[in-house]
Amino acid sequence: MSETKWNIILKIYRQKENEAPHYSEYKMEVDPDEYVLDAVERVWAFMDRSLCFRHACHHSTCGACGMRVNGVEKLTCITYIRDVTQDGATLKVEPLRNFPVISDLAVDMGSLYCRMDSVGARPVLPVTEAEIENPSNKWNPEDAKYIRLSDCIECGLCISACPSAATSSGYLGPAVLAGAQANGLKHDPALLELVDSEDGVWRCHSAFECTAVCPSFVDPARRIMNLRTQIVSERLSRLFRRKS
Amino acid sequence: METQRNRPSPSKFWSWFFPVGRQTGGWAYVLNRVTALGLTFYLYLHLIILSKLAQGPSAYDDFLAFIHNPVYTFGELLVVAAAFLHGFNGIRIVLTTFGVSVTRQKQLFYGLMFIAIIIILIFGIRMFTA
Repeated sequence: MSETKWNIILKIYRQKENEAPHYSEYKMEVDPDEYVLDAVERVWAFMDRSLCFRHACHHSTCGACGMRVNGVEKLTCITYIRDVTQDGATLKVEPLRNFPVISDLAVDMGSLYCRMDSVGARPVLPVTEAEIENPSNKWNPEDAKYIRLSDCIECGLCISACPSAATSSGYLGPAVLAGAQANGLKHDPALLELVDSEDGVWRCHSAFECTAVCPSFVDPARRIMNLRTQIVSERLSRLFRRKS
Repeated sequence: METQRNRPSPSKFWSWFFPVGRQTGGWAYVLNRVTALGLTFYLYLHLIILSKLAQGPSAYDDFLAFIHNPVYTFGELLVVAAAFLHGFNGIRIVLTTFGVSVTRQKQLFYGLMFIAIIIILIFGIRMFTA
């Protein structure tokens, strides 16, 4: 934390049942090294107890506090105020796009969780399935007994940022397709029909916004492209298996 | 209670062109849609122009003489620009779809757009000096 103090205006999207959406503005003094979520929480604690938002872990593990900060999807618990605004400026906070708003900044993420289940996305993986940046590093076979959390924290930022997801409610979305890719088509043949469809990998139009906003290095766009290669490979091998 | 406002919907196609918060890949996405719409519009315009042929050779020649001015030449240059920007952006999509340069798609986009702009400039110089 620094000694510096900034005066900002926090402009927050508000929408309650049967109410037209509007923005509420809160003038506040902040430390620029605080996180955006800290400022939102302070509004709730000291200025407006009716403000509704989701948060839990405060260290980018639960994926609950995804919001749009000045128009860009951010995990607010790890987004420094210093990085998104300046002294005297307005900081706009809105709910994620492409998910129904329940109240104010809280959105219904149910569709994402159901779809993650539908592709069998695993929240916990053997450590040996973790991707290693340096291919010369190899896992030892005995490491297979250890498990780790999956990189995807199901925050929904990728789905909010995806322009294809904005116009198609049926589109599985980047996080779900990345979950399918991590499983691999060979392990689950039923997955092939699900992802090789109009609302599967072919709905992606290569905007790469998902990878740009992902706070957890899942790189959904790369995984979607890899899933396409897997699909073509699987389809071709099935074709030749049928003929032989 | 859930609001409909924030749900995905085909009517939200305008959000494809919303510039705030776009990253490089997002701008490439916007560029592909704008150029595609421009080329589709030009296709119909082209068919309307060709329909002049049905009115006889002199009507078509008169029309060609009418459009022989810098304003229309600039319009033709826009069509050329749209074609090359769309085509080279398409190469980016094909390559990344097949797993080529996926992690370097920004550099791929900038490189391809640089080539496209060079070609457009060459076309522009030739069209305005011919």
